[in-house]
Amino acid sequence: MAYAAGVDVGSTQTKAAIVDEAGRIVARSLTDTGANVVQAAENAFAMALDDGKLREEEVEYVIGTGYGRYRVTFGNDQVTEISCHARGAVHLFPKTQTVVDMGGQDTKAIRVAPTGEVLDFCMNDKCAAGTGRFLGAAAAALGIPLDELGPRALASTRPVKISTTCTVFAESEVLSWLGKGKKIEDILWGVHVSIALRSAGLMQRVGIDDEVTFTGGVSRNPAVVEALEQRIQKKLNVSEECHYLGAVGAALFALDHILASRAGHPVEGVK
Amino acid sequence: MDTSTSIVGRGNRDGARLFREWFDGLKQAAEREERAAYVFVMGSLNEILKSFDIPVTFPEITSLQLAVRREAHEYLQVAEDQGYSPDICGYVKADVAVQLMNGEHPMGRIPKPSMAVYTNACNTYVKWAEIWERMYGIPIFTLDVPGHRQLGIHTRPGDEQFESDRRYVETQIRELIPLCEKVTGRAFDIDRLRETMAHANTMSRSWARILELNASHPSVFNALTDGTIYLGVANALRGTEAGARYFQDLVEEMELKVASGIGTLTEEKHRLAFVGVPCYPIFRRFNEMFAEWGGTFVLSTYLWFASGGSNRGYEYDLVDPIRSLSEGLLLGVRDAMDSMFDQTTMIEESLDGFGIDGVVYHPIKSCRTVSTGLADSRRALLQERDVATLFIESDMMDRRVVSEAQLKNRIDAFFEGLVSRKRHVVAGGR
Repeated sequence: MAYAAGVDVGSTQTKAAIVDEAGRIVARSLTDTGANVVQAAENAFAMALDDGKLREEEVEYVIGTGYGRYRVTFGNDQVTEISCHARGAVHLFPKTQTVVDMGGQDTKAIRVAPTGEVLDFCMNDKCAAGTGRFLGAAAAALGIPLDELGPRALASTRPVKISTTCTVFAESEVLSWLGKGKKIEDILWGVHVSIALRSAGLMQRVGIDDEVTFTGGVSRNPAVVEALEQRIQKKLNVSEECHYLGAVGAALFALDHILASRAGHPVEGVK
Repeated sequence: MDTSTSIVGRGNRDGARLFREWFDGLKQAAEREERAAYVFVMGSLNEILKSFDIPVTFPEITSLQLAVRREAHEYLQVAEDQGYSPDICGYVKADVAVQLMNGEHPMGRIPKPSMAVYTNACNTYVKWAEIWERMYGIPIFTLDVPGHRQLGIHTRPGDEQFESDRRYVETQIRELIPLCEKVTGRAFDIDRLRETMAHANTMSRSWARILELNASHPSVFNALTDGTIYLGVANALRGTEAGARYFQDLVEEMELKVASGIGTLTEEKHRLAFVGVPCYPIFRRFNEMFAEWGGTFVLSTYLWFASGGSNRGYEYDLVDPIRSLSEGLLLGVRDAMDSMFDQTTMIEESLDGFGIDGVVYHPIKSCRTVSTGLADSRRALLQERDVATLFIESDMMDRRVVSEAQLKNRIDAFFEGLVSRKRHVVAGGR
């Protein structure tokens, strides 16, 4: 049995996933990227091997993805996270037509074919508004751990409206609402709605189809899921695996290489 | 060297030389304390100005040269220190800095203006000229060119509405002539105008032919990089014998390349159209990010609107020069405006003829005039045709808003999708 791996080096976190020859996810890992990107990639891969109780030599092909994809020094090739999230989303939810991926510093809206091929995509440009960093700024301003943000936002009864989408200005707006005596839960819901509005706008640029899959770290936040669903009036595909779908997609591309090589016609280099 | 292939590359060599000589001429004029007419690429009226032998400066070109030479940020800062906003046109700010620095420019000193002549093709032109008016007390001349009155309905010569608009333009040209006489102290010579217009005719005819030749496989020039060199000559030397000869030579070179199958890349894998203004702060690198994937630009809307609409190959009737000049200006400037604001139909019509695989939309932060509608243009094109598109943002001048890593990520993803799309087409999946 051969295995294929994907390592997704994101701006905030590094993820690794390993799939078997049938494309089943057999291992995964997550670690903070930090300042040493090469080390983060190595750590994530080692942790995934541990998770799957696999030896390194059992993994035949590794593809790096994410902003640090060229720093996956042990990898065989690189593919952008846009293609990887699309591939991973269709693998997990085969009817996916639109993917929204929210990470630490960028948000992507991707329209995909049933094969997982990217038909169109749009991303936020030169501004972290509407990304995970926006939530991080709100969490810092309110002194709340990141993973408590969503559940507390969902407890809101009288939401406030956060007018800015600027990550830096959001902090001062949050503080100003606190100064007016608003409840933390109500402010938090406003923060989540603000993100949803921004992301939905991005999704409109590629077109929102019937089946939408939400990927990336922010997909673990239930309040973002709820706010986005309310905004686009559709149920989102979300699962625990969605955080890892960039790495999973990369692993599936790696598996393509293994299977094509065995069949005697390797995947042609695209560059 | 084989004489048939020795002319390959001549256009780039001669273009760079002519461009340098033009700049040297401006530098010498500045050193003699002579002044130049300040004009813009969309409707320069070079034909009239050259008939008076007025040196001509294109502030858009001098500004973009600062970005190509990676010095723009210093000039932008000088203007911003004076209170100019980071959000306005980078060309304007760089030029303001050049003026404040007594014409200092890495390619040589720029003469001060004697007058400014411009059309309304870009709304910023008008406010830009007012800056010079205040700085130097010079006459400025706005030539108001009526645009098309309805989307998709274009009037042509002979049509009543077109003739009405043409007469309006002709009246203004007739007002410009005495202004030129006043500024230069020379009498207008209509035969001299015929000469400059004849040179412009040769250039326009050749330019249209060159653009058309790039439909060949492989393409014979890169519309983004080589095209910008040609564009510099097209603007700076319009109405001159040297400019006309250069473009005739360029046709010869391109026809030879077509006949010999000489392309711009070792292997041309993907043929692309470019929509917008180039990313001058990383001009070469920007193109490389496409070339690394075997992508080359075979068509660019920039070569349409920044050549003032001369891409259509309109030729003046020298029997009635002023009437014909007004007709050519009206058609050219309208075409330039359409290439900026309503280019979807033009792109769509070119997709098949040029064998285009993907369309790259490149809005820029410091020119909202050309960038604002591009997201909608992309969507409009996608409603009509199933073609790969890429939407990337950067700037023409300001390196503070150019992120190479972000650009590369999107460009790589675009090509991954394009390669996959072609694979499915080959497999009969589409």
